[in-house]
Amino acid sequence: MATLCQGLGVVIPLSSSNSSNFRLPSRRSISAWKDGIFVVRSDARVSQVLKTGGPNHELLIPNAVATKGGSSVASTSKPGHELLLFEALREGLEEEMERDPCVCVMGEDVGHYGGSYKVTKGLATKFGDLRVLDTPIAENSFTGMGIGAAMTGLRPVVEGMNMGFLLLAFNQISNNCGMLHYTSGGQFKIPIVIRGPGGVGRQLGAEHSQRLESYFQSIPGIQMVACSTPYNAKGLMKAAIRSENPVILFEHVLLYNLKERIPDEEYVLSLEEAEMVRPGEHVTILTYSRMRYHVMQAAKTLVNKGYDPEVIDIRSLKPFDLYTIGNSVKKTHRVLIVEECMRTGGIGASLTAAITENFHDYLDAPIVCLSSQDVPTPYAGTLEEWTVVQPAQIVTAVEQLCQ
Amino acid sequence: MSFTATKFPPSPLPLTSRSNDKPLSFSFHHSKPNHSSSFLGSTRRLTPLATPHARRTPSPSPPSAVLLQQASNLLVTKEEGLELYEDMILGRFFEDKCAEMYYRGKMFGFVHLYNGQEAVSTGFIRLLKKEDSVVSTYRDHVHALSKGVPAREVMSELFGKATGCCRGQGGSMHMFSKEHNLLGGFAFIGEGIPVATGAAFTSKYRREVLNESDCDHVTLAFFGDGTCNNGQFFECLNMAALWKLPIVFVVENNLWAIGMSHLRATSDPQIWKKGPAFGMPGVHVDGMDVLKVREVAKEAIQRARRGEGPTLVECETYRFRGHSLADPDELRDPVEKEHYSGRDPITALKKYLFENSLANEQELKSIEKKIDEILEDAVEFADKSPLPHRSQLLENVFADPKGFGIGPDGRYRCEDPKFTEGTAHV
Repeated sequence: MATLCQGLGVVIPLSSSNSSNFRLPSRRSISAWKDGIFVVRSDARVSQVLKTGGPNHELLIPNAVATKGGSSVASTSKPGHELLLFEALREGLEEEMERDPCVCVMGEDVGHYGGSYKVTKGLATKFGDLRVLDTPIAENSFTGMGIGAAMTGLRPVVEGMNMGFLLLAFNQISNNCGMLHYTSGGQFKIPIVIRGPGGVGRQLGAEHSQRLESYFQSIPGIQMVACSTPYNAKGLMKAAIRSENPVILFEHVLLYNLKERIPDEEYVLSLEEAEMVRPGEHVTILTYSRMRYHVMQAAKTLVNKGYDPEVIDIRSLKPFDLYTIGNSVKKTHRVLIVEECMRTGGIGASLTAAITENFHDYLDAPIVCLSSQDVPTPYAGTLEEWTVVQPAQIVTAVEQLCQ
Repeated sequence: MSFTATKFPPSPLPLTSRSNDKPLSFSFHHSKPNHSSSFLGSTRRLTPLATPHARRTPSPSPPSAVLLQQASNLLVTKEEGLELYEDMILGRFFEDKCAEMYYRGKMFGFVHLYNGQEAVSTGFIRLLKKEDSVVSTYRDHVHALSKGVPAREVMSELFGKATGCCRGQGGSMHMFSKEHNLLGGFAFIGEGIPVATGAAFTSKYRREVLNESDCDHVTLAFFGDGTCNNGQFFECLNMAALWKLPIVFVVENNLWAIGMSHLRATSDPQIWKKGPAFGMPGVHVDGMDVLKVREVAKEAIQRARRGEGPTLVECETYRFRGHSLADPDELRDPVEKEHYSGRDPITALKKYLFENSLANEQELKSIEKKIDEILEDAVEFADKSPLPHRSQLLENVFADPKGFGIGPDGRYRCEDPKFTEGTAHV
């Protein structure tokens, strides 16, 4: 069973109503999975989309088939519309820009180029070059410019072409974005959204594979959220834009081509809440962003082995939703954190501390935290695979935890 | 180093690069006491096609405001002159009062005083409307006062009281005022320049996207000579010129960045030259002369209002005190200090007002008395104001306090009335 799982594509239980309808695909179809990459539709049906060669990576390759709308699915019978994650982000952004003329976008190549991950494609034609502003390559300054614009009444969305580039903007994000509301005594609010793709990609090299959530988490005054599905990407984008606080929205390079059916109606998610992905009884697995999919893949194995993991996508990296997490801990008494951050000082480290502080009495075992290795992401595919937590490690960790 | 006017040929400022200037000599001490030939400010207009008019007249006495030789109009009316005088006196007396209070233990930390540079603040900011924005650095008390923030609020902010303009949370280096559009007060140099660029961007956005066609708000960004070697400065010059943002970059070149002389830190010390490199006019002006500064400021601000884009104005000025109250100020040559204190902008304006019969001794004395009273009242107000209560600790961390998140009990933390006092669990 374990070897079969290794060759599988990503399996995600996606449901537009955020419910927990996770159905395992039947045994018969598992054997067909060795060859391809798969998408689980919102009704938990699994279908093969693309055959790929190459190393056995578990996730969708960035140029997976992008069929929008009901080409292969009878859309009349299902509510909502189907789209990819980057399209969901764009939809959320576009809706907010239509709703409020003060919402504007700034970043490198967001305008005429349409965004390097196509999140802002078509927006410059629709809204003009000033509302979707192509900036020169000066992250510190255009982030600061976004902050100045936010202070004087606009609602900018600043895109970092890669989250790692925002290291150059750290001065502005820490000193101004986080602090100015406070040091001005509450006079100026900074309703800015800073977003961009981060995380370990497919052999992108060390500097393009950074996880900045751990660096930003100490900055007081900002909120951080990480999206993982088209549904929550759109919802979080809209919530972040509408929020009066500065929000950093972490996207992941490898998740942009996830496909899901999302509602036609407008919806906005809460920035502070976590998402229950799969309820269970034996162990609480806390995760976010790409690791959600590794966890769900491991969950399949675990279920087959007889375990019942509860999977929560924490979504809100700062502040933590201690209510959802706490209820889960009180039920299962065992916690496993799976994250893509580095081991040292990462989100998992903070989460471990927060859970220990608040729910120590409910734990039957020490919290286990699986993080990436403390190493600059190597280029070589094999090495890169070993820096990040893999489903097999998750399975082992749960087994050990539940002894 | 001597900034002699001979280095600036009297021709309209070309926006293209110029041929090499003579390298400036590094010895400041050779400048002569007769200053009529130096620091005559910009002899060029900001609009390239206008012919410059000679502004110099050999003045028989040490530096003072230069009379225009053209029409008999003076540079200011009596009211304007008195207004400028009052503003500069307010700045000067306030800073002196700050020093006094600091040594009495009423304020702490880093306090950076503006003595000597008042001409720049008054010359520029008194021309602004209330809706225009000002962005400053840590040397921001006088910018706040010139922009209209009451002396009471600034003083209590310095004392760390709850009635301060930032509720005591900002301090000397972070003066903010939404009402007067003072966007801070920044401790790291260069940090405010992108914020100023953003405020100017909003102004342009309002005009062009939100169709508020009468929106012509201008932003002024003040910063020093040390900042002009910082990346944010150059990046923002580029963006402002690129998008023709309504901003004026005002360099308060006081020749020293704590103990680092401008000449030791900068490959080409003539900062105004960096403007044309980015496609905007660069102007050099004598920052010890409020009337000259005001003339240049008028043009720069009007240019921005008309939508023609940014200007870089280098004001050559000097701070009479050290970098901050903690700075022993041992590196600067006493000869240099003496030279500049002979060019005190307040003395210069006083002289101008007397010589042109715009005011008499008594009127100026009454202004000074008025300012003294304002400051006494400010100190008293600040002394009597309450210190911030513990409940203020976390109040302004988030504009939307839901950002503190959901607690273990399922309620948002901000629903607990005591949460702003801070706990170990936040």
